Amino acid sequence: MIRSKRKWSNRGTVLLFLLPALVIYGLYNVYGIIMTFYFSTLDWPGMGPYQKAAGVGLTNYFKLFSDKEFWHAASNNLLLVIVSVVVQLGLGMILALIINSKIKGIKLLRTIYFMPMLLSTVATGILWQLMLHPYNGLINNVLRALGIHNPPAWLGTESTVMFALLFVVCWQYTPQYMILLRAGMTGIPEEVYEAATIDGASKWQQFWSMTLPLLSGTLKTSAVLSIVGSLKYFDLFWIMTGGGPNGYSELMATYMYKKAFNQEQMGYASSVAGSMFLISMVVVFIFMRVTRRRDEGKGGRLNENC
Amino acid sequence: MKIVKRAALYAVALFFMVLFGFPFVVTLIMSFKNQQEYMTGNYWGLPQKLYFGNFARVLEADFIIYFRNSIIVSICAVIIIILVASMAGYAFAKLKFAANRPLFLLFLVGMMIPVHTTLIPIYQLTRSFGLTNSLPGLIGPYISFGLPISVYIITNFFEEVPASVQESALIDGASPFRIYWNIMLPLSKPAISTVCIYCFLTCWNEFIYALTIISSNANKTLPLGIREFFGAETVNIPSVLTAILIGSLPVMLFYFFAQERVVNGLSAGAVKG
Repeated sequence: MIRSKRKWSNRGTVLLFLLPALVIYGLYNVYGIIMTFYFSTLDWPGMGPYQKAAGVGLTNYFKLFSDKEFWHAASNNLLLVIVSVVVQLGLGMILALIINSKIKGIKLLRTIYFMPMLLSTVATGILWQLMLHPYNGLINNVLRALGIHNPPAWLGTESTVMFALLFVVCWQYTPQYMILLRAGMTGIPEEVYEAATIDGASKWQQFWSMTLPLLSGTLKTSAVLSIVGSLKYFDLFWIMTGGGPNGYSELMATYMYKKAFNQEQMGYASSVAGSMFLISMVVVFIFMRVTRRRDEGKGGRLNENC
Repeated sequence: MKIVKRAALYAVALFFMVLFGFPFVVTLIMSFKNQQEYMTGNYWGLPQKLYFGNFARVLEADFIIYFRNSIIVSICAVIIIILVASMAGYAFAKLKFAANRPLFLLFLVGMMIPVHTTLIPIYQLTRSFGLTNSLPGLIGPYISFGLPISVYIITNFFEEVPASVQESALIDGASPFRIYWNIMLPLSKPAISTVCIYCFLTCWNEFIYALTIISSNANKTLPLGIREFFGAETVNIPSVLTAILIGSLPVMLFYFFAQERVVNGLSAGAVKG
């Protein structure tokens, strides 16, 4: 009876349910990716319609390959990836352990640790721009009070700009990983720890041989999020420095934006976007391959649902 | 030894509390400070007397318009995301068809793709629709970017609903649309609230697409508006910080009242890739 009733699972019904999602997703995401690659083969100044632009094959990519500014931007992205994964996940883990521990005032701590996530990037950017102001910024005022006479103009100096920006990025995103890791931790049953304590394992041993392996799934997801996020990153850098001074804080996305909308080189900018896509895919693929081998044979599947 | 460890833990906890909390305290203090007071050297201390002029100044600017635009864009996008994603989620979780898994995967891949890659084509597409510098031009991409994670969360939730629920409804002669609307949707409130919060916050704070698509003041959303205000009032730091405070207020208030939900909503990012 049920089997015959299932007939309505026919194409029409399925299509009706799926159509809106497919149309919207197809129109923006799928079309967007495909056309980025198509545009990247055009000599398209951006003013006229792309249909009238001349096809130039892979010329844009060849040009990109010898474009020092692009490689500088890409290397900044790579630095951002490394710092994000190491610092944000590392600090996120420490914070997650703190709010998962049994100390007083956890609610307050958690509330405050989480707050940077609620601020828009524009707000975060402006806020820190003011804090890092060379003359009347809070940071330099404190440094002067501590006896440092010539604190750097953080965002205006080539040697410090990346450091300052990376700090703010970590400030903004660490809470995200705290929350993800903490969600993973609540998935580990209490008994596991009780048994280990009875067996005489120290807290430290418990962390390394239980918490960490059991969190490997969450860590991996977090790392992928962090990698993709860092490779496409735009907001804070654009707001705080616009890629300056002298391109020292340029990222692939800010470079793409400048080429497309300030210098009207849509075709070339699309090849930057295409490269951003390919680099992300390659990095994520390598990361998955490297971590998959490590995962096998370890019981890292407990938090599958987190 | 135990006491030392404990003290160290508290010290670390406190350090991070200051690190993450002080910019908010500074913002709050600053918004009650007179510009004059700031200029004459009281940069970051407490205000000598409470001053409310900054609030008046911010609300005088086009701030109300930015606010309204952000609300329109975020709410429209979220409502449509929920409808569209839950319909797709129902198909993926409960209907049988050959392309089920491949299509589901297509949506999943969207979570791992750097969306900024699509900026130029979406700009061109919006232009050809004649929607540049309009709120609908912004709502479209926002819906699309919210879909992958929403479809994923809702599909997972629907899959947990026992098959017997659907089967008994079928025996009673309910159509798939009735099952979706009268049974599945009401059951999935937790998943929907997660999606709601996650997508609302992303839309509320979105920057790069708004920057590209919107050009006139009348259509700017809050992030663009705050930036505009910062550009115009660079020297008036107290009122810039007041603008930031007012712009973040709705989200902050919501967070303080529904903390558990917001935290859950934002850990939605913890999905398996």
